[in-house]
Amino acid sequence: MSTLQPTSKTSVPDERGRFGDFGGRFVPETLTAALEELEREYTAAKADPEFNQQLDHLLTTFVGRPSPLYYARRLSQAVGGAQIWFKREDLNHTGAHKINNTLGQALLTLRMGKRRVIAETGAGQHGVASATACAHFGLPCVVYMGAEDVRRQKPNVFSMKLMGAEVRPVTSGSQTLRDAVNEAMRDWMASVEDTHYIIGSVIGPHPFPMMVRDFQSVIGREARTQCLEAWQRLPDMIVACVGGGSNAAGMFYPFIEDSEVRLVGVEAGGRSTQPGEHASPLTHGSPGVLHGSYSYVMQDEDGQTSPVHSVSAGLDYPGVGPEHSHWKETDRVHYTECRDDQALAAYDQVARTEGILAALETSHAIAKSLEIAADMSPKQNLLVCLSGRGDKDAAEIARLKGQDY
Amino acid sequence: MSAIDERFAQLRAEGKKAFLPFVTAGDPSVEWTAKLLRQLAKCGCAMAEVGIPYSDPIADGPVIQASYTRALNSGVRWKDILASVGEVSQQVNMPLVSMVSYAIVQRLGLDRFLDDAQAAGFAGAIVPDLLVEEADDLRRRCRERDFSLIHLVTPTTPAERMLQIAESSTGFIYFVSITGITGERNELPAELLDKVAWLRERTELPICIGFGISRVEHVRMLAPVADGLIVGSAIVRRFAESNDPQQAMLDVESLATELMAALN
Repeated sequence: MSTLQPTSKTSVPDERGRFGDFGGRFVPETLTAALEELEREYTAAKADPEFNQQLDHLLTTFVGRPSPLYYARRLSQAVGGAQIWFKREDLNHTGAHKINNTLGQALLTLRMGKRRVIAETGAGQHGVASATACAHFGLPCVVYMGAEDVRRQKPNVFSMKLMGAEVRPVTSGSQTLRDAVNEAMRDWMASVEDTHYIIGSVIGPHPFPMMVRDFQSVIGREARTQCLEAWQRLPDMIVACVGGGSNAAGMFYPFIEDSEVRLVGVEAGGRSTQPGEHASPLTHGSPGVLHGSYSYVMQDEDGQTSPVHSVSAGLDYPGVGPEHSHWKETDRVHYTECRDDQALAAYDQVARTEGILAALETSHAIAKSLEIAADMSPKQNLLVCLSGRGDKDAAEIARLKGQDY
Repeated sequence: MSAIDERFAQLRAEGKKAFLPFVTAGDPSVEWTAKLLRQLAKCGCAMAEVGIPYSDPIADGPVIQASYTRALNSGVRWKDILASVGEVSQQVNMPLVSMVSYAIVQRLGLDRFLDDAQAAGFAGAIVPDLLVEEADDLRRRCRERDFSLIHLVTPTTPAERMLQIAESSTGFIYFVSITGITGERNELPAELLDKVAWLRERTELPICIGFGISRVEHVRMLAPVADGLIVGSAIVRRFAESNDPQQAMLDVESLATELMAALN
């Protein structure tokens, strides 16, 4: 199967980049020409067998796809409900799903004849995946990262530098992912003629939400095939964490038409449901404009972006991809949230019962899965997108626990 | 006709060009913004742009960004800006244009935004993150109300699209001088003159050039092709760098006077 063949009949987004009411393109005029070029090139690449072949080859030989479907036996026994399975995106090269997208966009960069790449990163996984793709193709790469995230995700910062990327700490605003996106956009405003901006999630102006979803859909397509092979049926429930929402979009999209499969997106519930204490726009926010698209967002009544919090840098973001807003409005996906302490407990539990350090972002999905699985029958299967590995978080967790690292 | 249209008609009749200072609302305070606007009107500015602070401005460089952050951190809200502008607009004969992110317009709601802005005496709006394709609803409402909706064209805008933007715009066209964010530049690109001249021949609307302009040389270079020039960061920076707003205001006044002399 060709990598970018649509697996869903859902005709979103429309030609204006709208998923229902959500999405679109709310950016300065300076970026319009580049976005139109990107849309044109991506449409052509999607239909080009050679492009698909190149990407497939890289995903196999460089990333190590397909990633395994893994049965979490001891965890399932401990819960005593549904059987819990992991789609192991943590076993990809660079340790997360982010590489699926950066390789696709790096190939597009070459195809467009652009000579430089910029990226934003929160947890650093997308930064590492961008640095990796750029090193592979010999493209210069600049990664914008909030200064607070540089502090809490040090190992990834060093990896990016080792692969030749320049990491620019962002000291404006909250010094997290949202500010890193702002800085990357500003760089792109001045460099747009020779630079491609590899956005790391299903956010931003059209065509990014569609394109990143398509590149990440390899997760759900493989999982679908693997589940059918393993159990001759589809999962009863699929759970994924949602920050911007790229692993969830990639996992859910190939199952969107399978109405018998229940889909759950888990946002960062932070410390509490009070404003500023969480990062759950789908749960607590309302539709608004941020970073180039119309989607659920945490904003005050004047339209100023509200502060958010999550223990996990990758989920510490006030917005979410527009397709998730569409799936929420159409009731196709159920969105819920998981608090910091629940995610941290799940991190420990999966480490001890399965021998897997799952990323703190992913640990939100796992924590929720344990609750959900407990109310399901042992005959049912629950699939979690294990979006990334958690060794990057070990130092921060040691700090939170007051232990030596 | 909006007050902006009237002002340009008057300037054209007099054979003059417009000087448009940009000020950040609420930096260092709404009171100082009001004083500054009165001072700029007194020294002969044709109209002024009032930047509505926004938490995530993508098109703005460090100077304006920081001024927005300072204003928001000091607690300036939409209603405070409206109250202050509402007072100034009564006192000066200088149309005021709001520069406002669509994130804010959308959150307030299009009708409420326009009700508020017009009641405060704003004559139009520049919405830097609203492309013509997404502007139908706001454009229709603005036309019904004689409220100018000023679109931007940039060096990366293809010729065909420039005409589409000119068609959609009212009041004037904001021609962005450089590919990049706001902020003072040493030099402006030479090809800019040809691009503006090309558009000049194809639209009746006034064309004002902005981004990067801060010096007499810039003004001399651009004056022949433009109907107006916009200066922002060079003004905002003077307040950022000074602990004495009174002195900063005098510095801004002398900059404006110098640039206006070169313009006309």
